[in-house]
Amino acid sequence: MEMPAPDANVMSRKAQIVERLSEVLPRDAVISDESETRAYECDALTAYKCPPLCAVLPANTKEVADVLRICHEMGVPVVPRGSGTSLAGGALPTADCVILGVAKMNDVIETNYDDRYIRVQTGRTNLSVTGAVETNGFFYAPDPSSQLACAIAGNIAMNSGGAHCLKYGVTTNNLMGVTMVLMDGTIVEIGGAHLDAGGLDILGVICGSEGQLGVVTEATLRILHKPEGARPVLMGYDSSEVAGQVVTDIIKAGILPVAIEFMDRPCIEATEAFAKAGYPMCEALLIVEVEGSDAEIDAQLKLIMDIAAKHNPVELREAKDADEAGRIWLGRKSAFGAMGQINDYMCLDGTIPVSSLPFVLKRIGEMSKEFGLDVGNVFHAGDGNMHPLILFDANKPGDLELCEDFGAEILKLCVEVGGCLTGEHGVGIEKRDLMNVQYDPADLEAQMAIKDIFDPAWLLNAAKVFPLNTSEARRAA
Amino acid sequence: MITGANGTLRIKGGGTRPIGQCDGDELNTSAMSGISLYEPGALTIVAGAGTPIAEVEKVLAAENQRLAFEPMDHRALLGTKGAPTLGGMAAANVSGPRRISVGACRDFMLGVRFVDGQGNIVKNGGRVMKNVTGYDLVKLLTGSYGTLGVLTEVSLKVLPNVETIGTVMLYGLTDTKAIEAMSAVLGSPFEATGVAHFPKSKFGDPLTMIRVEGFETSVTYRAEKLRDLLKPFGDAEIQIGATEGPGSPEGWSWVRDVTAFAEHPGDVWRISAKPSEAANLVAKMEANAVQYDWGGGLIWALTDEGRDLRAALGDFDGHATLIRGKADVPTFQPEVPALAAITAGLRAKFDPRGILNSGIMS
Repeated sequence: MEMPAPDANVMSRKAQIVERLSEVLPRDAVISDESETRAYECDALTAYKCPPLCAVLPANTKEVADVLRICHEMGVPVVPRGSGTSLAGGALPTADCVILGVAKMNDVIETNYDDRYIRVQTGRTNLSVTGAVETNGFFYAPDPSSQLACAIAGNIAMNSGGAHCLKYGVTTNNLMGVTMVLMDGTIVEIGGAHLDAGGLDILGVICGSEGQLGVVTEATLRILHKPEGARPVLMGYDSSEVAGQVVTDIIKAGILPVAIEFMDRPCIEATEAFAKAGYPMCEALLIVEVEGSDAEIDAQLKLIMDIAAKHNPVELREAKDADEAGRIWLGRKSAFGAMGQINDYMCLDGTIPVSSLPFVLKRIGEMSKEFGLDVGNVFHAGDGNMHPLILFDANKPGDLELCEDFGAEILKLCVEVGGCLTGEHGVGIEKRDLMNVQYDPADLEAQMAIKDIFDPAWLLNAAKVFPLNTSEARRAA
Repeated sequence: MITGANGTLRIKGGGTRPIGQCDGDELNTSAMSGISLYEPGALTIVAGAGTPIAEVEKVLAAENQRLAFEPMDHRALLGTKGAPTLGGMAAANVSGPRRISVGACRDFMLGVRFVDGQGNIVKNGGRVMKNVTGYDLVKLLTGSYGTLGVLTEVSLKVLPNVETIGTVMLYGLTDTKAIEAMSAVLGSPFEATGVAHFPKSKFGDPLTMIRVEGFETSVTYRAEKLRDLLKPFGDAEIQIGATEGPGSPEGWSWVRDVTAFAEHPGDVWRISAKPSEAANLVAKMEANAVQYDWGGGLIWALTDEGRDLRAALGDFDGHATLIRGKADVPTFQPEVPALAAITAGLRAKFDPRGILNSGIMS
C-alpha cells in the first residue's frame, strides 16, 4: 500500500511546529520524542506503520481548534485518531503529520433521559457510553465488536455498525448532533438534541467521512431503553444456499430479528477448537436473536424455529435461559480470536445483497483454492455484511501481498453482485485503491468536491479514501 | 436539459409538496418512473425518482412489506393534487409518526443517482443495507430540495408489514403532562411506533395517542404494559386492530398528514425541537392550533397568515420550517454563519450556476 512521500519542508520545521503546539497545549499533551511517537505509528491494520512527526492530545474543543489553526497556518498535515482500532488504516500516520488524538476527551457532558440523548466528548469509548446510562436501563445501540476500546470519534468517522444494526441501525442513524472543528480552527455546531436537519443534512455527510472533513470533538447520541430481554436460537445446515434461504424466509415472514449471524465450516471448526461452544459441524451455522418479553420471545422463536425446521437443519437449538444464550453466542464472539490462533488474518467487510450469499460464498471457496490461502466466513447475514477472514503468515515473504490480492478479488466480487467494498470498517488505506471499482470518476469527483469545501488545502487525513492518483492534484495544490 | 439550460429550472415530481418558492422552466421527473429491482428477502427496492409512492406501496404490500418511515402525504394540507413521487419524498426527506422509532426517510435511503447542476451523472451508496464506501452523499441529497442535483433513481430499505396495530389513548392531559407521558412511553422498552398529542382533536379534547405494532399477542401485551405505565396520567383506553376512530390506520394517517389543519386558513409551521422544550415553545407561539408528534419532538402549528413565528420562538435547540403560507420570512431556519458558509460552498460546488430550484432553501 503506497503512501505519499512526506513533505520535506514540513519535516524540516519539526522543532518550530512542536514549539507552536506547545504554546497552546499542556506540556504532556505534545509528544514529539521519537521513542514516544512510535506508539501512534499504526492502528489495528498493523501491516502498515509509520511514526508521525508528533502527536498531540488536546483535552477540549478549544485546544483542538488551536491545534488545527496552527497546523493550518503552518501547512502541516493532520491525522485524527480515536482509539486506533481501525481495521482499514484510517488512523495511519504519514511521517510529516501531526496525530491529533482525542483519547483525553472522554467526559460525559450531559445525560437527558426525558429527551433520550447523551452528549459526550468523542474520545469516550463506545461501551462506556452505554456504561454511563445503563443503570437507568438505557443503552447506546451501535455495537462494533471493538466496542470495549473504540472511541465515538472513530465510530463517527467510519459510521460504525455492529451485530445489532438490522434493528437499530448504524452510527449515522443514532447520531443527533456534533461539535466539529474545521481544519482552519473554525468551530461548527451541527444538529443538536432535536431530530433531522433544518437545512442540508450536513451531519449525514460528516458521519462516515473518515476524519477528512473536520475533527468531531463532542457528539449528541440517541439512547434507547433496553429491551425486556433477548434470546437466540442456533441452527445448522448442510449448505450455505439453504441457510441463505432460511434468512430470506425469516425476513419475508415479517419477523425482524435483532441479529442474524452466519458462520461457515472453516470458521465453525476454528471456533470449536478454540472455544468449544458445542457447535454442530456443518456447512453453515446461523444464530438468530430476537428481543422482547419472555412470552414475546417465545412466540417469535417459535415462528423462526418453524421456518428453520422446514429446511432440514442438522441442528436446531433454542436458548431457554441466559446460560444457554451465552453458550450459543460464545463461539461467535470468539470467532476472530479463534481464527487468530491459527494464523495472522485479514478481515474484510464487503457487503452484498442477501440473495447473492450462496454464490459469493461458493466463489470465495474457489478463490481460496486458487490463491492457496484459507478463508473463514463469519458475518451479519441479515444485512449482507460479510466478514471473510483470510489467513496468511505475516512472516512469510509475499504472503501479505497474496492475501491483499485475494482480498481485493473478494471485494470486487462484492461490487459485481451489487454490493459494496465496505459495510462498516471504512475505506481508509485498505480499500482506497479499489474505490474505482465501485465508483466512476464523476462519483469520486462529487465526493472530493465536498472535502474541498471543508478542507480546501487537503491537510486532514488526505491520503485516505480516494485513490492517490485521483486525489493527487488536490493534495499537491 | 440541465447542461443546455439558459435559465433556472424548477424540478417537479408529483407537484404535491410546493414547499418554498422558486421560478424557472419546469423539469419534470415523471418519465423516470418504474421499479427496477425489488428483493423482498433483502428488504430493498430500487426505482426511478418519478415513480409514484402509491405504486411502490402497492408492490410492497403484495409482499407484506412497507415504507416504514411512513411518508406524509401533503396533498390535503397543501391543497395540491397529483401523485406524490419517490423523488419528491426523498428531496424533502418526508417522514411520518414512525420516524420516532424506526428513523426518517434519510435513514432508509440506501442509494441515489442524480444529475448535478452541470449535468454530471453521479451515483452514491447502493442497494445494500450497510455501506460506508466513501462519503454519504445519499443523506446530503435527501432533504436537499433539489438544490444540489436532480434525483433520477433512489434505492430504499423496506421493512416487513405488521400483523396489527394497537393504540393507547389518554384524554384530558395538559401539554406539559402529555409531554411527560410521552417521554415515559419512549423511555420504556415497549417500542411505541407513534406518539402524538392533540390539545384539540376531532376525537376529543385533548387526546394523547400511542401506537404499538407487531404480532397481535405482542401488541396486546405492550399496550397493556403502556396502560399500566401511564396510570399516573389517567386511565388509558386501548384499541387493538381498530378499523375506525383514532386508533385505526386511518386515524394515524390523520396524524401523519396533519389533516386537522387542512380545512383551516393560515400558515402552517413545522418545528423540530427537544421534546422537553416543546410545551414551552408552544406557549410562546400564540398559534391557532398545534399538534405534537414524535413524543413532542415535532410540533405542527397553525398560525395567522404572514407571521414570523421564529421571532416568537427566539433561540432554541431545533428549527422551524414554513410548510404552508406566504409569510415574508425564509422557508427554512436560517443557519449560523459557519454552517451557512458550508451550505453555500456545497451549493456552489454542485450547482455553480445556481439553476436548480434556485433560492428554494435560502
